[in-house]
Amino acid sequence: MPAGEKRQGTLASMLRIYPYAKTAMPRLYLGMAAALVAAVVALVIPQVLRALVDGPLQDGDSSQIWWPVVAVLGLGSLEALMIWVRRAFVLQPATGIESRMRNALYTRLQDLPVSFHDRWASGQLLSRMLSDINLVRRWLQFGLILLVVNSLTIVVGLVFLLSISWVLGLVFLVCSIPLWIFSYLFENQYAAVARRSQDQAGDLATAVEESVHGIRVLKAFGRGSYALKGFATQAEQLRGTELAKARAIANIWFWLLLVPDVTFAISLLAGVWLAAAGQLSVGQLVAFFATATVLRWPVESIGFLLSMTFDARSATDRYFEIMEAPNTIVDPEHPKQITQPEGRLVFHDVHFRYADAAGDTADLLDGVTLAIEPGETMAVVGVTGSGKSSLTALTTRLYDVTGGSITLDGVDVRDLLRSDLRQRIAMAFEDATLFSASVRDNVLLGKPDSTDEELSEALDIAQADFVFQLPNGIDTLIGEEGLSLSGGQRQRLALARAVAARPQVLVLDDPLSALDVDTEALVEAALRRVLASTTALVVAHRPSTVMLADRVALLEHGKITAVGRHSELLATNEHYRFVISSLDDEDEELRA
Amino acid sequence: MSDTDSTLSGDSTVSGVTGEERNDFNKVESRQIRDRSLKLLNSLLRPLWARTTLTIAVVVVSTAAQVAGPAIIAFGIDTGLPAALDHRWIPLGLAVVGYLFTGIIGAVLIAWYTVLSARIGQAILFDLRKRVFRHTQRLSVEFHETYTSGRIIARQTSDLESIRELLDSGINQLVQSGLYMLFIAIALFLLDWKSGVVLVIALVPLAFLTRWFASRSQLAFRETRVTSARLIVQFVETMTGIRAVKAFRKEKRNETGFAGLVQDYRAANVGAIKLFGVFDPGLVLIGNVALAVVLLIGGLRVAAGGLEIGVLLAALLYARSFFAPAQEMAMFYNSYQAAAASLEKISGLLEERPGVPDPTRPIDLWEARGDLRFDGVEFGYGAGKVILPNFDLELLAGQTIALVGSTGAGKSTLAKLVSRFYDPSKGTISLDGVDLRMLHPKDLRRAIVMVTQEAYLFSGSVGENISLGKPGASRDEIVGAAKAVGAHEFISALPDGYDTDVNKRGGRVSAGQRQLISFARAFLADPSVLILDEATASLDIPSERLVQEGLQTLLADRTAIIIAHRLSTVAIADRVLVMEHGRIVEDGTPADLISGTGRFAHMHAAWRDSLV
Repeated sequence: MPAGEKRQGTLASMLRIYPYAKTAMPRLYLGMAAALVAAVVALVIPQVLRALVDGPLQDGDSSQIWWPVVAVLGLGSLEALMIWVRRAFVLQPATGIESRMRNALYTRLQDLPVSFHDRWASGQLLSRMLSDINLVRRWLQFGLILLVVNSLTIVVGLVFLLSISWVLGLVFLVCSIPLWIFSYLFENQYAAVARRSQDQAGDLATAVEESVHGIRVLKAFGRGSYALKGFATQAEQLRGTELAKARAIANIWFWLLLVPDVTFAISLLAGVWLAAAGQLSVGQLVAFFATATVLRWPVESIGFLLSMTFDARSATDRYFEIMEAPNTIVDPEHPKQITQPEGRLVFHDVHFRYADAAGDTADLLDGVTLAIEPGETMAVVGVTGSGKSSLTALTTRLYDVTGGSITLDGVDVRDLLRSDLRQRIAMAFEDATLFSASVRDNVLLGKPDSTDEELSEALDIAQADFVFQLPNGIDTLIGEEGLSLSGGQRQRLALARAVAARPQVLVLDDPLSALDVDTEALVEAALRRVLASTTALVVAHRPSTVMLADRVALLEHGKITAVGRHSELLATNEHYRFVISSLDDEDEELRA
Repeated sequence: MSDTDSTLSGDSTVSGVTGEERNDFNKVESRQIRDRSLKLLNSLLRPLWARTTLTIAVVVVSTAAQVAGPAIIAFGIDTGLPAALDHRWIPLGLAVVGYLFTGIIGAVLIAWYTVLSARIGQAILFDLRKRVFRHTQRLSVEFHETYTSGRIIARQTSDLESIRELLDSGINQLVQSGLYMLFIAIALFLLDWKSGVVLVIALVPLAFLTRWFASRSQLAFRETRVTSARLIVQFVETMTGIRAVKAFRKEKRNETGFAGLVQDYRAANVGAIKLFGVFDPGLVLIGNVALAVVLLIGGLRVAAGGLEIGVLLAALLYARSFFAPAQEMAMFYNSYQAAAASLEKISGLLEERPGVPDPTRPIDLWEARGDLRFDGVEFGYGAGKVILPNFDLELLAGQTIALVGSTGAGKSTLAKLVSRFYDPSKGTISLDGVDLRMLHPKDLRRAIVMVTQEAYLFSGSVGENISLGKPGASRDEIVGAAKAVGAHEFISALPDGYDTDVNKRGGRVSAGQRQLISFARAFLADPSVLILDEATASLDIPSERLVQEGLQTLLADRTAIIIAHRLSTVAIADRVLVMEHGRIVEDGTPADLISGTGRFAHMHAAWRDSLV
């Protein structure tokens, strides 16, 4: 039976939360126990009423009325107390599980390779981090507990009903069978929509993120209303899904309300008939209805508890899609050490292709072999899209090679701990990312324990002395939450960051593109001092950047086709001239 | 007290997003915040009043049907049973049929009501989502530069989420439970007014408890909004900068920071839930005590023969039912408080006035020629130092202007003023004689387009990204634009060509390629004034050469302002402006300036040297 399999699926799916819940389980059980006591107490109160109606009230003995009143009062207080106890027990574990899941997700996301982040829209990650985990917490806090307790309450209530009158109890039991059928059907109807709604909410979050991050482009082209139109379409889809959910809920609600009503009507008929036939006392009849009334809520609640469970289930699925995503770039089992750090970076027949590249294309890097000697500065030159940036990303394992190997001082980079590798090789990216933190923290990202001298030296090399003119100098908050800096300023800080990390190998991806000629010259002069003793791999688009390098490697069709000094290559290699020289005819004329 | 209403207009303390992380508002501020939230809520509900009225009518009838249940059962036992003993079955038959009837009506109406209320809730959410999105787009770049993107995202995700929760279940609970309690109270009064009085008295402690919960939970929920926004800010920043995080091994430090924020969020949530953890059993306790009292006074009267047993039973059932929805009301109130905290934040964001407002009486400019004038323009960021002091400049239509000068000279500021990211603090900038502040936004954006170094790509295909320049452009137009800027070749080489998703299947394009795509965007937009702010910085030389060729045709019949550190672009300029400390220090044709001895001649020489 497919529905049965799916139900298993839900249970199995939810069980994956168990590792996060393990330590919290005792308290969750206690919470359930307290909830159960509260539910049973709520069921016992009608029994007291029955005793009262059948006993003292029949006799007209008013002195006998006190003890049932006290009992109701005591039981009523106990019920309230147990609800409080249940909440007190469940609160810490549920929020604890929530926190653990959230931290684990964040840790996992930071650990997953860049290729994962390329594939996943950020809004989908965000919606998992916040709303999906919140759903799971709420389910643990209420859904799970109430589902268990209400089911048990129904069972206990049925026992009470059967004990009051087995005929009426049986009527009740038989009449409730359709409910179970409808609940099964409901899962089929609801589960898929629940998942769709969460996915669409994630897409909507992505649209929001992009509209904010791309605000300048949207403004520059005046496309705010165009973006709004796209967003509205997505929001409209989500609305459609939510309404489909509402229709499914309305459907189950209908049955959950109707079936008990029919049951009550039949019970009334049967009950009065039995009483008329003398097989049932009035007190029993009263107690039956009082108990059945108490059971109404647990029965009706099945509807929203089920929808909550399916919501939580697809939230769990979405969560574990990330937690169980294969991590292809991990630390080696037996990490090696570099015994004699010199900074020799060697590419051995390196192949690389993006996992989702079309099958019939050649590898982006198709056998790169290149040796960078300790202390040497190597520039890499090639046309846009030739794989220069990918090549630099391979050195610190932001991506892994798909063939061949890269060694640092003779050790395959995959045999080093990632933290060790990334401490030895520091990068400056094309688009400089600054975090919301002080200038100091941003620059010392790779080596937080550096001294102020080291900091100012790095700033000095990158010609980033503008930071001293900022309102709070190097303690000025920059990045998104602070001062916004120009492209050139950001790039200089990113460069300072790479330098401050004091790595054995510096990998610079077009580090000076946003600088003006004067500043560039100053940075280069300073950088040369550093590069004299540091191995460096520099992606260059300009002759001026190439000037930093001892040798230049030309990347063409995924291979290194030439290595040599700038002047040599300029003289001998036509493709090199095409890539690096802007002295075309027109310029020549201008010069002449 | 000196803190009178007049001195504390509160305008600066809590208007807009100011003070949104605070939680210590005084009375005036609280009222101001509440007023703006209610105003927003009102404006969201107003268009829906017809539907809301229908929904409420449905709830009233369905709840009445539900409430009739216990009364019919009481009738069945008190009248039907004695009659049945006399072998008269009609009263019992009536009771059973009546019960079935009300049951079916109730079930049908509640199902209908569920769908109706979902429609209302979703309509409100849809409206609110669009409003926030539209408003976010309207707010100035200046606002976005100071207000973190993560916080706007938080407003539009987690804050809207808590409003969604209220609308999803909350309204049901409020209307239904409220009516249910009312009906039950009326039914109880009709049945036995003495028991009814007990219920009314029970409302007094209920009111106190609710008041306590209201004031405490408001603070608690505000705290959850602030902490969740912080969580989102850090999360978004990490995911956006994941490469730098990895390259500089920031993972461990991030984990510690994030764990702290998670803990804060948890603490805030625990604080809010704990309050409800007292409120909820408190209600049950009040309900059960009331039940015992009803039992006591009812039982005494039954024993004394003054009350039917059936009536007492019904009274007890009613008393118990009366407090069951009270719990649902409490849950509603809880979601309401959570949503109200969100609404406070959202209404604050919506209250922000765009720093660069749309004109109230916009002037149309269907065909812009491209004459740009600066008259006595003065500008500085915020309260910072003046970047452009008293700036005058005239750019003739069709001219290609190269703007050069060292970092911080004010070139980008000039570009941002022309594209109206900012407004000057003094003086005017005009296009074809029309002040930019008066120009219709759609005409302004059609006439003036800026391409910056930061080439952002939106998810979707490469073709879609280019067509941002001209929504609805045909494939031919898109390809034509790409060809014109030399982007066609690399786009064709992508796995799915122009349909390649930029997030998937080899759509990862380099910074240089992103710039080419944004050039194509600008080409497609076909503006009268084109501003290129360092737009070629990341291009390699062959690409730049292609772009240069494209530029010749692209710039032929329009005004262009080119800001570039690389002076290769200057060759195609008609006029070079050298800026220094917010002033034009040199102005002339490239040839004139190069042959002179000024700053430009020096810069040009340095640049030539850097080429070899």
